[in-house]
Order: sequence, then structure tokens, then C-alpha cells
Amino acid sequence: MQQQANWQPSATIQNVVLKNTILAKIRGYFESEGVLEVDTPVLSKSTVTDLHLDALETIHTNPLSVKRTHLFLQTSPEYYMKRLLCAGFPSIFQIAKCFRDDEVGRYHSPEFLMLEWYRLDFCMQELIDDVMEVLRLTLNVEGYQQITYASLFEKHLNIDITGVSCLELQAACSKYGFEDIVSKLNNSQNQSSDIDLMLQLLFCELIEPLIGKDSPVVVTHFPASQASLAALNVDNPIFAERFEVYYRGVELANGFEELGDHDELRERFNSDNKLREINSKKQKPLDEKFLQAMEAGLPSCSGVALGLDRLLMIAANSEHIREVQSFSFDAW
Amino acid sequence: MANFSTNEFKAGLKIMLDGEPCNILENEYVKPGKGQAFNRVRIRKLISNKVLEKTFRSGESVEGADVLDVELSYLYSDGEFWHFMNNETFEQIAADEKALGDSIKWLVENDDCTITLWNGTPISVTPPNFVELEITETDPGLKGDTAGTGGKPATLSTGAVVRVPLFVQTGEVIKVDTRSGEYASRAQK
Repeated sequence: MQQQANWQPSATIQNVVLKNTILAKIRGYFESEGVLEVDTPVLSKSTVTDLHLDALETIHTNPLSVKRTHLFLQTSPEYYMKRLLCAGFPSIFQIAKCFRDDEVGRYHSPEFLMLEWYRLDFCMQELIDDVMEVLRLTLNVEGYQQITYASLFEKHLNIDITGVSCLELQAACSKYGFEDIVSKLNNSQNQSSDIDLMLQLLFCELIEPLIGKDSPVVVTHFPASQASLAALNVDNPIFAERFEVYYRGVELANGFEELGDHDELRERFNSDNKLREINSKKQKPLDEKFLQAMEAGLPSCSGVALGLDRLLMIAANSEHIREVQSFSFDAW
Repeated sequence: MANFSTNEFKAGLKIMLDGEPCNILENEYVKPGKGQAFNRVRIRKLISNKVLEKTFRSGESVEGADVLDVELSYLYSDGEFWHFMNNETFEQIAADEKALGDSIKWLVENDDCTITLWNGTPISVTPPNFVELEITETDPGLKGDTAGTGGKPATLSTGAVVRVPLFVQTGEVIKVDTRSGEYASRAQK
């Protein structure tokens, strides 16, 4: 694409038209399914504790108060949407602007558009089928493959992740040319986080390029240490009811059968914060309103977040996220 | 030398890798949604000239390489070293055969070449894009061929062999594109 002068938009009119068509299809689908569209705030007094997610921050001045409030821009609308569910809302969806610090690339922009939805009484498998229906309507793709996280490692790298030790993974990473990264780990304080980092490295560099080239691939049952807010598998709690969808080289969606246990959630947030400390990152205050809502009770549900800019990139055959955003990061 | 973090990596930055100075060609950011971010970096090793891809953990730092490009004019060779001079300071630098590599065959006295120095020592020499060299030997071509189809091999004064059109003869000076090693035109008289 030719380099445009600074003031001009980064997306073509065709791509903006395409975006409208796709958004209309998505809204039409959820309306026909009786899923309610909601609109929650982008700003919040607290944020997520994830080790690898950082929120943009801002300061609010209230004319009726001397106190200035520190606010975070949402990394996803998850907590507000779950508060709605705890308050008795039916299945809901939202098309929301989300913001993430320290993320810029071909598939990453600090500001992006997320489609997030929650289905009451859906298990993970039912939600996967729902996601595929959205892909069928928007990208005209038929069919998909489904495989577990562990099987992918078994199949492509001959690694059994269920019993793998930190040392074995270090050897595997070195074998594939990542010895510089593993040699700097020696994070004896938390071997489990080293294991996750190495799994993410191998997945990102060696597995992801091989999957979902022609039809979408759903990867299910991430290790419990990467459960995020997903429930653990009842039969085998070393895995989480978490899935991701990969298609044409892009990680499109991340979904959970939602964990409702507020004590367990608090524990996960606290251990996130410990990891942040070990990695010299600032700890985050826990979202107490979210935790109170969860204590009041989250109905049984599954939820998923899908990157709309990336979906559009596939639909428009784009090479870079800037081609589907009216004004991309480099045009601000 | 200063250290550089992955977010300072951009095309042209020189870093040390496996004890060899390298030039960064491209830096791509990759990140699993809920996982560690990485930088997938394309790198050219400046001594072996190999291009490779290397993955770094985002935020990681590596040592910079003291690499500098200077414009020097070529003086002469004593058989072992090739001598270059800074036309402003008259300072001279000698490069060995390893640093010259294929550039040897494009060296013309008084031409300005780009010398890449690592810790002050020449590691590569880039000749000007076009050089003018005399043909020392080529078969007499057929008269009337002006289209230059096919052509014929010609040996130049430096030993380089290039394909030239049939109408160009021994003793003529021609202009050669050193990047492709192809004949460009007859030299302007």
C-alpha cells in the first residue's frame, strides 16, 4: 500500500463499507437469537491483573470534588458485562472499543474493536458452535477443526505437556533456536510461569504458523495455569475450559466456560499480582465491585471475545490492521 | 557500547549477536492474546552476510555494536591490503581481502567506497553503484548488432567478467552496475 500523507485515513472507503455490512450481520444474528446488545463504560476505577495485559490510564477531575480519580481504559468489557449477568440480565453482546498498552503490530493496535458476548446456560462446546456460526455469516466459512492444546504439542513438537518439566521444555526451546530466551529465564521463584512462557513461545513461533490456514481451528483446553477466568475441566482439572480460534494466521477469538467461584477468582487475581511483582511489574488493585457481583452469583454461562479488526482483516484480505481502521495508530 | 531494548529495534540498528555485529532489517511484534509478547526480528549478520530470523522476548535488551559507515576513496592495493583514504582528513585505512569479498572486482582508483567499520576495523566495502572499467578482452562482435540481444562475455581491467552487447569492443570503457554486475552503457567520453 502506498504511504499516505499524515492527515488521510488509513482505511479505504470499501473497507469501511465492508465493516458496516459485517456489523449489520452480527447485530442481525444476535437479534434473531434473542441476545441483548449492551453498552458499558470504557472507563473503570480498576483493571485486570493479567501478567501480560496492561491498561492505559487516565485521570479524571470531578468539578464537585477536590479529589482526582485515577481511571483505567478497559482492556475488554468483561467485568462490566459479567456484572450485568450477575444482576439478572439475559444473554448479552457488545461491540466495544478496547485499549491495551504496549501493543503495536500487524495484528495489534492500542485501540481496537472487540465483539464480546455471553450466553446463559451454554457450555464451552455450545459457545464454540455459536462462534462458528458468526464466522460462517461474516466470512462464509464452512466447517472447522477442533483440537486440544495438549494434542497440538504432541502432534507438532512431540511434547507431552501434561508431565513436562521446566528442564525438558528448556531443552526443546534451545533445540528450536530459542536458547537465548530460555537462558535468561532462571526464574526459580516461579517455575510454572517459566513453563507457561516457554509453552507460549513454542506455540506462537512453531505451532500457530501451521494451523488454521484453510479453515478455522479451535484450540481447546489450555493448561490450568493459563485458565485466566475460565472454569477448570471437571474430569481433568489440569486443563481449563478455555478455547481460542485461529484462522488464516490470526488469533481471532478467546472464550471461556466462565468460572463463577468468587473465592477462586480472588485467588487467581492475587497470584497474578504475585507474578507481576516477580516480573517487576506494578500490581493492580482488585476490582472489588466485580468480585462482589460474582459473590452475589454469576449464572452458568460461557463467554467469548472476538477481535473485530482481525475479522475484518480476513474479510478484506488485509495485510495490516491499519487497513481496516479509519485512522490507525500511525495516523493519530 | 549501550544496550538496546526490543522496543528500540528498528531497521538499521546495529546489535551484537553470537559475537558478530548485525544489522536489523525488520522488527515484528507478535503476542498471544493472554501471553508473553515476542519480537520476531530479521537480521543481517555483517561479517558472514547471512540473513536470519531471531525471536526475542519483548522488553529484552541486547548489546549494541559499534558499527559505522564511512565514505573513503580507494587508493591502491599492496597485494595484501587495500588502502582507502578520507579525503578531508587524509587519514588512511587498510582493508583485508575478507572485508572486500566480491567488491575487489569493482575497485577503481579514486572512486568513493562505503567502508563499514566495526570497532574501527573494516568489515565490508561497498563500491559505488556504478563504476567505469576498461574492457581488456572480448571477442570481436558482429557489425550492425545494436540491439544488444544475447551479448558476449567481456573481461575488464580488474578481472571482472560481464556480459556486454556485441558492438562493444576491447579497449573501450564501459559503465557497470555493481549491485547486479550488469553492463549499463558505454562510458561518457
